[in-house]
Amino acid sequence: MKKHLIQAVAIVLLLGLAPLANAAGIRNGVVKIGVLTDMSGVYSAIGGKGSVVAAKMAVADFGGKVLGKPIEVLSADHQNKPDIASAKARDWADTDHVDMIIDLLNSGCGLAVQKIGAEKKVIIINTGAGATALTNEQCSPYGIHYVYDTYALPKVAASSIVKHGGKTWFFLTADYAFGHSLEENTAAFVKADGGKILGQVLHPLSTSDFSSYLLQAQASKAKVIGLANAGGDFINAVKQAREFGIVKGGQTIAGLLVFLTDVKSLGLEAAQGMEFATAFYWDRNKASREWSKRYFAKTGAMPTMDQAGVYSGTMNYLKAIKAAGTDDPDAVMKAFRAMKINDFFAVNGHLRRDGTMVHDMFLVKVKKPSESKGPWDLLKIVRQVPGDQAFMPMSQGNCPLVKGKK
Amino acid sequence: MENSLNKKLLVVLLLIGLGAPFVVYPVFLMQLYCFALFACAFNLLLGYTGLLSFGHAAFFGGAAYITGYLVKNAGFTPEMGILAGTLAAAAMGFVFGILTIRRQGIYFAMITLALAQVVYFVALKAPFTGGEDGLQNVPRGKLLGLVNLGRTYHLAGKSLELNLYYFVFAIFCAGFWLLYRTINSPFGQVIKAIRENEPRAVSLGYRVERIKLLAFVISAALSGTAGATKTLVFQLASLTDVSWHTSGDVVLMTLLGGLGTVAGPVMGAFTVVSLQTGLSSIGSWVTVVIGAIFVICVLLFRRGFVGELSRIIKKVFEGDLPSEDSGRIQGRQEGKQAPGPGAASG
Repeated sequence: MKKHLIQAVAIVLLLGLAPLANAAGIRNGVVKIGVLTDMSGVYSAIGGKGSVVAAKMAVADFGGKVLGKPIEVLSADHQNKPDIASAKARDWADTDHVDMIIDLLNSGCGLAVQKIGAEKKVIIINTGAGATALTNEQCSPYGIHYVYDTYALPKVAASSIVKHGGKTWFFLTADYAFGHSLEENTAAFVKADGGKILGQVLHPLSTSDFSSYLLQAQASKAKVIGLANAGGDFINAVKQAREFGIVKGGQTIAGLLVFLTDVKSLGLEAAQGMEFATAFYWDRNKASREWSKRYFAKTGAMPTMDQAGVYSGTMNYLKAIKAAGTDDPDAVMKAFRAMKINDFFAVNGHLRRDGTMVHDMFLVKVKKPSESKGPWDLLKIVRQVPGDQAFMPMSQGNCPLVKGKK
Repeated sequence: MENSLNKKLLVVLLLIGLGAPFVVYPVFLMQLYCFALFACAFNLLLGYTGLLSFGHAAFFGGAAYITGYLVKNAGFTPEMGILAGTLAAAAMGFVFGILTIRRQGIYFAMITLALAQVVYFVALKAPFTGGEDGLQNVPRGKLLGLVNLGRTYHLAGKSLELNLYYFVFAIFCAGFWLLYRTINSPFGQVIKAIRENEPRAVSLGYRVERIKLLAFVISAALSGTAGATKTLVFQLASLTDVSWHTSGDVVLMTLLGGLGTVAGPVMGAFTVVSLQTGLSSIGSWVTVVIGAIFVICVLLFRRGFVGELSRIIKKVFEGDLPSEDSGRIQGRQEGKQAPGPGAASG
């Protein structure tokens, strides 16, 4: 009896250790990439099916195989619910043995999944969520924050606007954690560059009537009205600002988190003259135009920075596997950190210890209707801001992994 | 009361429950148990007391946040955390109950919904909940300081979280047993009497409001247990848990499975959660599919899966003396087509 027990324990232990034994090469004979995104909700136009297309394009362009083994793309809808996202991520890690999860789109989901990635050793490439916590207090050795964060966007937009005369600011802030942190970060940059904050007003999430808030903003006589909100709130605020003649009255509207799809749905008439920061614009150079046109042929829309980031992230992940000669997450992360990332999406990119993929950001301005030559000719690039100036320096961050290194 | 067949069935189900994690993905099973317990607790109110609460997410999510906070920040052990969450939900249930219990039908549903929205707002705004990011990274901790619930066993290429699984399974069984006992106790008889004919229960000398309040508190407390357990499983509490969608989901689970049947809500919860999980790769169609199933269910088998099944079984064994227990439930089912379907579609 006792002998049987010992045998059983030994078998269990051996089985438990088995996954550790074959670290080199591709585990399970296949590389699985999971695109976890919002397919049906408010962010589905920013990521959604477009992100899945982008990931599949990256796999096809890479040749469909890495180190001689096939690559598979899975996708799921997290419905913007952190519990669904985390359940799916766990399921992928435990039963499907997914090697990398990309997109995520929503900070709550992003943080939850990154935590699971750290626990299960799955690489998480976050292209859609903006929370700086991903690379600070909640940073992970397997987490990559690929496209933008709520530090870099306002940094690029605010410093540049203040330097060019937008000295006085008034904020319209969505009343939840994301809006508050966006406003707080922006206000700090405005003040650091010698600007002044004249006031702020909070509005509830998903507001349809902005008139009272906009009137306060107008009455403040601030040169710049900063919109610390996103998506539908941002679009509504801009549309209504136009009805109040705010831009004609000489005030500038600054969006602090704007995607290409927002500008598209606003239309140039309403959005013209607005400045904001972005990580990617399809019409930036030849390479980005070529890729975006291929993407357009498949989806009927130009890519957002998130979708382009999914392609670039997937591509560079596969390159990192090739460089490391294995899909072992530790080795892949090491190879990823050693790579220079330069493609149609990222300029002068490199992956930092805390998980931030530092790359150049762009300040863009929405074109006037008269300047636009086509339905997607929406933006012009005002300035390229080097990644080191755009992203938060690691010395200011509080990622435990970085502190551990010192 | 129970005949030997019922007992045998129970043992078989228990054995299946014990062996299930080796076949089906354990985290998914744990999710099923949490929602099944939630639906059973809800059924005590809707199915047996005849009160449609549209605010049960407040207890489920409220307990989830409180347990998450205490386990994460105050160093509570998991069992203490769940106990605290349950007590908090019971206290909330008491307050909700005092405010709402005199109302009936749509008014009761609306007031509970309004109160639940207040809880939602608190969860969105209070500093400790993490707003729309939710309360993340809740540790699973050690049960009684001894058993590590976060432990993962690797068996034949699978990662199994067996400690946590059996803990959650035990909680589910205990909660289910408690509800079963409640329903089959004299107290259970009284709440059913109130559901059928409240003035008559009053005339018989029962203090109806107190009894309804007690049923409400029990239901809230066990919903809280379910929410608290869910926090440990997923290691997070989020706004989804307190949102009115969750309140709607639990109504749907109960109705699909069979209102006023003991096993119905369990079946309903299994169906809804399986659909939500299994279909998550088809995106926005999930809601359409679940909606269609709901419509079909309401049109074709209004007693729900289990209600319809037990009716068929009863028909087949006509002449056979049906167990007293199922006979009673059946009798009540005929008379009542709960306020549910109409209200839930909104």
